[in-house]
Amino acid sequence: MIRFENVTKVYARGARPALDAVDLEVERGEFVFLVGASGSGKSTFLRLVLREERPTAGKVFVAGRDLSTLSTWKVPHLRRQIGAVFQDFRLLPNKTVFENVAFALQVIGKPRHHIMTTVPDTLELVGLGGKEKRRPHELSGGEQQRVAIARAFVNRPSILLCDEPTGNLDPTTSVGIMRLLDRINRTGTTVVMATHDDEIVDQMRKRVIELDNGQLVRDQSRGVYGSTR
Amino acid sequence: MRLQFILSEIGLGLRRNLSMTISVVLVTFVSLTFVGAAGLLQLQIDQMKDDWYDKVEVSIFLCPSDSDAPTCVGGEATADQTEALREQLESEALEPYVEQVFYESKDDAYVAFQERFADEWWAQGVTADQLQASFRVALVDPEQYQVVSDAFTGVTGVEEVRDQRQVIEPLILVLNRSSLVAAGLAAVMLLAAVLLITTTIRLSAMSRRRETGIMRLVGASNLFIQLPFMLEGAIAATIGAALSVAGLWFGVRYLVEDWLAGEVQFVQYIGTDAVWTIAPILLVVAIGLAAVSSVVTLSRYTKV
Ligand SMILES: Nc1ncnc2c1ncn2[C@@H]1O[C@H](COP(=O)(O)OP(=O)(O)OP(=O)(O)O)[C@@H](O)[C@H]1O
Ligand SMILES: [Mg+2]
Repeated sequence: MIRFENVTKVYARGARPALDAVDLEVERGEFVFLVGASGSGKSTFLRLVLREERPTAGKVFVAGRDLSTLSTWKVPHLRRQIGAVFQDFRLLPNKTVFENVAFALQVIGKPRHHIMTTVPDTLELVGLGGKEKRRPHELSGGEQQRVAIARAFVNRPSILLCDEPTGNLDPTTSVGIMRLLDRINRTGTTVVMATHDDEIVDQMRKRVIELDNGQLVRDQSRGVYGSTR
Repeated sequence: MRLQFILSEIGLGLRRNLSMTISVVLVTFVSLTFVGAAGLLQLQIDQMKDDWYDKVEVSIFLCPSDSDAPTCVGGEATADQTEALREQLESEALEPYVEQVFYESKDDAYVAFQERFADEWWAQGVTADQLQASFRVALVDPEQYQVVSDAFTGVTGVEEVRDQRQVIEPLILVLNRSSLVAAGLAAVMLLAAVLLITTTIRLSAMSRRRETGIMRLVGASNLFIQLPFMLEGAIAATIGAALSVAGLWFGVRYLVEDWLAGEVQFVQYIGTDAVWTIAPILLVVAIGLAAVSSVVTLSRYTKV
């Protein structure tokens, strides 16, 4: 589903690479934790998958497509197959929960009847049934993140990228979010989640990829947060 | 869904930056009014040229009995003098310049005079003898007037050589200058309009960075992201263009057709239909302005 071939990303000329010759493959339906110290290149990895950035060297393949040869006007189509969730939720404050989720479908031109059925289903799935009319400021952090997840998932992407989705949440709320992500993963969606949350990683026992200064230093199935070397 | 959604986004954008929207409307209004005024003046000039240049003749007025001109000391032009003039006009030397020669005798002049001023009480007292005979010379190329003028000025029996163009030319010059001034002002205003529309679109794009960021993230196409901004600019500019067309229409209707046409009658004036001739041009300019501004701005602010 996602394949990195010897990918190096250098932001500024002469700077230390944010990613350094990373080689890895994520299979369809996998759940992968991306861990590593701050600045180790986790967000850079995710941005490369979204083609928000392009690699300085090497090749990135997503859903069978070589992103280096993907023309700019096809990028939107790539992104329709990828959902993305962030630490800061990124909701639209003056739209309701329903509108925030529907927005993702409206802007890719989905027909109204499709939106009217899919959005409530998705809100139900993330556990926000009955809160459609609230605005983001009337929700708890955990609920806001659920809205963000609903928005990322409402178009049923094959890949869900999460950049520290529990970074702003307390441990109990985080567990709820993790259950949700796990459920989404079990529908067949590939999930890649960058995180600093050791408890969650240790609990979930999924594949763990560790980056250190841009280099891939560990790739462990059913791994834990701390290095076991 | 798409259309409705885009429309609601546009409405949102226009309302969010209401004062900017109004200023864009006003600036395009003023600048396009200048563009339109320049265009109308040109149409007026063209019309006058068309009207007159074809009809323009060089008139060679023969001496009447009571002229003070030095070439007329011998009194009224004699039949011999008249004949000599006709021969010269039809000579080979002048052939390339002269299209047609028409002799207007005093009686002809009298008939024409009475016809033209039939309604005027003072025309009744004029007799044929008070008028003068003349040659009316139509030129192949009206610009070549000087040749004919040189040939006949100062000839005995000729009181005056008059080119009708000399009457019109200063007027056309004034109009041409005004049209240039209007065009110059239009250029300055258009520049202001481009800058203002650019700023407006940029502000609008910045105030909606959150939305556009999410749109990009979920895979909205570039066109879909940019269209509302473009249309916002285009709508504001189009309203400006519509206002300027309305302004010009009222200007022509009340200033030219009602007032000027009554005051200065010897000119054929353009009418409100001329405004409709230039209206599409103004519209195209307005939309072009908005398009240029949005392409310049949006390529920077809403990149994939
Ligand atoms: N847009 C950018 N321009 C220049 N350098 C950047 C940019 N984004 C990231 N970097 C640099 O690249 C390196 C990796 O950054 P990245 O954001 O991928 O780290 P991270 O693992 O996500 O960190 P964190 O856990 O703090 O989010 C850092 O040294 C960072 O300073
Ligand atoms: Mg990061």
